[in-house]
Amino acid sequence: MRYALLICQDENTVFSPEERSVRLAAFNAFTGGMDARGILLSGFRLQPTSAATTVKVRDGGVVIADGPFAETKEQIAGFYLVECKDLDEAIEVAANIPSALNGTIEVRPVWET
Amino acid sequence: MGDIAGTQAAVSQAFQLEWGRIVAHVIRVTGDWDLAEECAQDAFTRALELWPRDGVPTSPAAWLKTTARNRAIDRLRRTAAGAAKLQEVAMTSATHDAVDQGPSGIGDDRLRLMFTCCHPALPVEAQVALTLRTLAGLTTNEIARAFLVPTETMAKRLVRAKHKIRDAGIPYRVPPADHLPERTGAVLGVLFALFNEGYSASAGADLVRTGLCDEAIRLTRLLAGLMPDAAEASGLLALMVLHNARRDGRVDAAGELVILEEQDRSRWDLAAIREGCDILDAALRLGHPGPYQVQAAIAACHACAPTPDATDWAQIAELYGRLSQMVPTAVVALNRAVAIAMAEGPAAGLRLVEQLEEGGDLADYHLLPATRADLLRRLGQKEQAEVAYRRALALAPTEAERRFLRRRLSEASAAPQTSG
Repeated sequence: MRYALLICQDENTVFSPEERSVRLAAFNAFTGGMDARGILLSGFRLQPTSAATTVKVRDGGVVIADGPFAETKEQIAGFYLVECKDLDEAIEVAANIPSALNGTIEVRPVWET
Repeated sequence: MGDIAGTQAAVSQAFQLEWGRIVAHVIRVTGDWDLAEECAQDAFTRALELWPRDGVPTSPAAWLKTTARNRAIDRLRRTAAGAAKLQEVAMTSATHDAVDQGPSGIGDDRLRLMFTCCHPALPVEAQVALTLRTLAGLTTNEIARAFLVPTETMAKRLVRAKHKIRDAGIPYRVPPADHLPERTGAVLGVLFALFNEGYSASAGADLVRTGLCDEAIRLTRLLAGLMPDAAEASGLLALMVLHNARRDGRVDAAGELVILEEQDRSRWDLAAIREGCDILDAALRLGHPGPYQVQAAIAACHACAPTPDATDWAQIAELYGRLSQMVPTAVVALNRAVAIAMAEGPAAGLRLVEQLEEGGDLADYHLLPATRADLLRRLGQKEQAEVAYRRALALAPTEAERRFLRRRLSEASAAPQTSG
């Protein structure tokens, strides 16, 4: 099954340069490991919600607004798409994302047709 | 073979013993939870029709399982999607009956079902409901009554849980060794919640509610039997059996709660107490102590005392000390304070209660002021005791407990003041 692992965290957390390089190394190790196991389909880090735009169509007109879909403390900071044999494997992978240490990972199965 | 009542008894006995095994088996073969329940139901309906005519089969279990499985496979084969599903399940899981009888028991279908029902990705109330429906065979209506929610609410809860298992890909298996201890803990937590729900139901309450204790014991017995090396599973079983042995003594003829000290110990079930102690001894011999075993040991101390005065409070205080290292919660600390008050005198207990009050964790917990009140009463500090009883009364959640506290309050008010 395919699962989206949505990384939710407080985007205002400020990391020191040392913390940043530790995190970078941790992410590289994580994606390297997932690649080697052949379960990582894709993954992206997203720009902060200050760069987000919401779009909807109402009464035939496009309504555009600044900001994210929901104003919450934790925001989606990125996601991975993984192929796992079941939820237990997806949970194990999610728990290994370095962001699980400070944020929360939402594990969402992909709607397979 | 014409004994209809006897045949019906055989069917209902088979239902008690085999329902969970049949549902678990059909889920493994088909991967379809609803179908498994329906076909298990069908098999019992067929048994009621055929057994009076043909006689009860030599192995009712095998007959029911085969009937349910064949019916399920039959129904799946009728649709293309179903046939594909059967194939897929056959590819991904071993469908040999042999795994059913694995000597370690770890391959048992019911164990798979239990771990899947209690998967931490499901909400706890759904875990409990699903366990009762699929393993114990309670109807949705019965489960709803047991948990005091409308049938429709319970039906939705069950449907949502089954959909999540399917859609999120929750595996149907006993977790691998590295996750087994924590996941076993989750299963034990569900079984204990089930027991407590039944245990806290009053005598006048619906029989289905009090029946939850028996279901919880039945399922825990099954789990402990299937995982003989899991000391905490046996510890929990011992704890439940020991509590349950005192069940009849907990309420008086009028349905009022009776505290341990005042219970008529002749109403306790001695055979059950002996059984609980034996289960606990066997668990302790495995050498993997845990909180359920310690709680069972505490329950055993109470259950084995022929009179309240004969209770080994020093031992109980020591056990609560050990429990508070394993489960460092304020409630455990409060129980330890009570035991120390009994072993060393009310003043020693009161010191610990005051520490807890300063900690502030139990600010809204009625048993904290109730304990304080009781200790003050025993110290003869009548006025302060009354203040504490009133505080406890304001916080007590159930009418039975309020009645009990009011009685204590009036006794305290009537008692002569013995010291300042």
